[in-house]
Amino acid sequence: MAPIVPDAPAAGRPRWPTGVGNGIGSRHSPLPFSYTRRYARVVTMSTTPHVPAAHALTDVTGSDASLRRFLHGLPGVDAVGLEARAAALGTRSIKTTSKAYALDLAISMVDLTTLEGADTPGKVRALGAKAVHPDPTDRTAPATAAVCVYPDMVAVAKEAVAGSGVKVASVATAFPAGRASMAVKLADVREAVDAGADEVDMVIDRGAFLSGRYLKVFEEITAVKQACGDAARLKVIFETGELSTYDNIRRASWLAMLAGADFIKTSTGKVAVNATPANTLLMLQAVRDFRDRTGVQIGVKPAGGIRTAKDAVKFLVLVGETAGTDWLDPHWFRFGASSLLNDLLMQRQKLATGRYSGPDYVTVD
Amino acid sequence: MTFEYAPAPESRSVVDIAPSYGLFIDGEFTDAADGRVFKTVSPSTEEVLSEVARAGEADVDRAVAAARRAFASWSALPGSERAKYLFRIARIVQERSRELAVLETLDNGKPIKETRDTDLPLVAAHFFYYAGWADKLEHAGFGSSPKPLGVAAQVIPWNFPLLMLAWKIAPALATGNTVVLKPAETTPLSALFFADVCRQAGLPKGVVNILPGYGETGAALVAHPDVNKVAFTGSTGVGKEIARTVAGTRKKLTLELGGKGANIVFDDAPVDQAVEGIVSGIFFNQGQVCCAGSRLLVQESVHDEVLDALKRRISTLRLGDPLDKNTDIGAINSAEQLARITSLADQGEAEGAERWTAPCELPSSGYWFAPTVFSGVTQAHTVARDEIFGPVLSVLTFRTPDEAVAKANNTAYGLSAGIWTDKGSRILAVANKLRAGVVWSNTFNKFDPTSPFGGYKESGYGREGGRHGLEAYLDV
Repeated sequence: MAPIVPDAPAAGRPRWPTGVGNGIGSRHSPLPFSYTRRYARVVTMSTTPHVPAAHALTDVTGSDASLRRFLHGLPGVDAVGLEARAAALGTRSIKTTSKAYALDLAISMVDLTTLEGADTPGKVRALGAKAVHPDPTDRTAPATAAVCVYPDMVAVAKEAVAGSGVKVASVATAFPAGRASMAVKLADVREAVDAGADEVDMVIDRGAFLSGRYLKVFEEITAVKQACGDAARLKVIFETGELSTYDNIRRASWLAMLAGADFIKTSTGKVAVNATPANTLLMLQAVRDFRDRTGVQIGVKPAGGIRTAKDAVKFLVLVGETAGTDWLDPHWFRFGASSLLNDLLMQRQKLATGRYSGPDYVTVD
Repeated sequence: MTFEYAPAPESRSVVDIAPSYGLFIDGEFTDAADGRVFKTVSPSTEEVLSEVARAGEADVDRAVAAARRAFASWSALPGSERAKYLFRIARIVQERSRELAVLETLDNGKPIKETRDTDLPLVAAHFFYYAGWADKLEHAGFGSSPKPLGVAAQVIPWNFPLLMLAWKIAPALATGNTVVLKPAETTPLSALFFADVCRQAGLPKGVVNILPGYGETGAALVAHPDVNKVAFTGSTGVGKEIARTVAGTRKKLTLELGGKGANIVFDDAPVDQAVEGIVSGIFFNQGQVCCAGSRLLVQESVHDEVLDALKRRISTLRLGDPLDKNTDIGAINSAEQLARITSLADQGEAEGAERWTAPCELPSSGYWFAPTVFSGVTQAHTVARDEIFGPVLSVLTFRTPDEAVAKANNTAYGLSAGIWTDKGSRILAVANKLRAGVVWSNTFNKFDPTSPFGGYKESGYGREGGRHGLEAYLDV
């Protein structure tokens, strides 16, 4: 049960201001005045030591109660409406020059991933080579954003992409289940960072989240963020398929952003339901609103289940028409995928040559 | 480089528009008796699409006579046989849906996205749905052997030309009536293509007759003494005239008229989806929808938040070539309608409401109106009372659910309303108090052939769609 809070705003529950006068033109204004108006009572609560004051919502994380009140005060999500909007944006027709642009952009946003028990240095080296030069027949194809591996493969991956600008991302925190002690999770993170990981993809404790212990999830994220330090950007994986409801995904998004995530990421790719247009749309709304509110921009990474160029382009449409074109950049949007890259390359070849090549004309790794 | 969408026009070559069209009477295309014609133009370019015969009184006589002749055998067919024709029509519409969608977009000005994804699928669905009723009428709740009325005179508007035709013709034929239908003068083409669909389906001669023309054709048709049923969708003004014409006769009348729908957003609404619903409520089909959510009633405590999100969203709407698959907002249907919208919007500004217009460029030819929002509107403003029938939203506020209901009902109309809240009990409580024929909860402008549609008060009477829609065409 949500605690009854005597000082909650009178007009119902606390609301999220989207910022007066934002939207068209002034989306970067860091603190819309309606923020202070609406949150006057929320923000005067005691401050906490463990969040860097990067944004102005620090105070809602002061206690389990205030955090819960904030997350449960976010507007609900109507599942039918959300999915209808995602489907409607999926009907955009992206042709010719815009398709060429979108395919190259999508390639440059791929976190080329191998997360198998059978991973070997040879496999990771091959993946690294592919990330740097995705198309052996066409050196104009852009490099991918990153390769994504387990922590013990970070050093190999670093070497494979050295000097290319391709980042190395490592999953950590007892990926994919996250069922380990905090000490183990942090050791996992440190191993990755020490080996040179540029990015860390952590999983949240879904058990804690689903049992309502939001502060525990929050503190784990802040601890991992601390372990990443300035060396690595932190992506926070929700495993949206396990959070199950859209309301939960919106709450998890805000929780992670408040805790200092650099990216919010849908899934591990290891469960039945991974990235979907609807859950990604919802997370894009969250980063948009978070920036309107705090001035801080957070990235989004859908992962798992995006296999075709057509799907990838639909996700880019979601990004452009929801969060805005500022997010159409590998620094702010990624695809966690393994097989997607080859389809992007085949479509790219088709667009350049006018004919389809086939799976033997892209590399199988 | 940025992510601009390259033009993605649907091909015009899928539709072959003849330079001229006749009236469709007794299974044949024929000239008007007095030889008069009128031109139909594409509202997005003002290009003349075709020249169409203009039906006069003599043609109305001929068409009603043909329908009368056909009625005896058509109504005597077993329901299962009538159903076969309707199923066949539905399938042909599906097969020709791309052609019909492009045609409708050209003649009406609405985006291909809407004709392709909304109008045409619903047209086919309506015929399929009423085909299913044709042999089950004795189970519809109107007696053990309900009888058709006879000849139905049907006059339809230009906002959903083919869909309104389907709403009228499908239940009429399913119940055993024959039809004389007059499409609007600005959008006659899809009805004439439908005449061809009827021929393709082998529909017996005279069962469906199409008479393009202006208001005087419609007036002659509804006044014709040998007509048993009048169905009209259009403006409240014309609806009242028709009611006067029909008064004192034995003609059965249904009217589906104007509206000033209230879209009520409570402070616990799912904001992002509410914004989508507000946008589709007022900008679907350029707001030229009788059940448009043209009054946004938003709880004062979330007014700024909702309005900011709404303006941001409206700014992403893509206005332009209706045949482009990425176009969200098409052209206004006619110069006359554009003038009406412009004048009402100017009046809103003159009366002191705050006008905001989406930042979009309007094409140089054709009839266009940018999405517009009036805030600071009160019940006294003209833009809160008159039906604008265009992409113009009036934003009002309320403080309590009771006030929301009072304001929503404080209109001469009563066609549609929307309720946005996460609280199920509030949806039920508010919906029960709204005097509107359709109440959507957490959605807007959703249509289905199984659902009855119609108005309270000056929005008309009678229901179309669903089991209820059969009643208007049965002698009960």
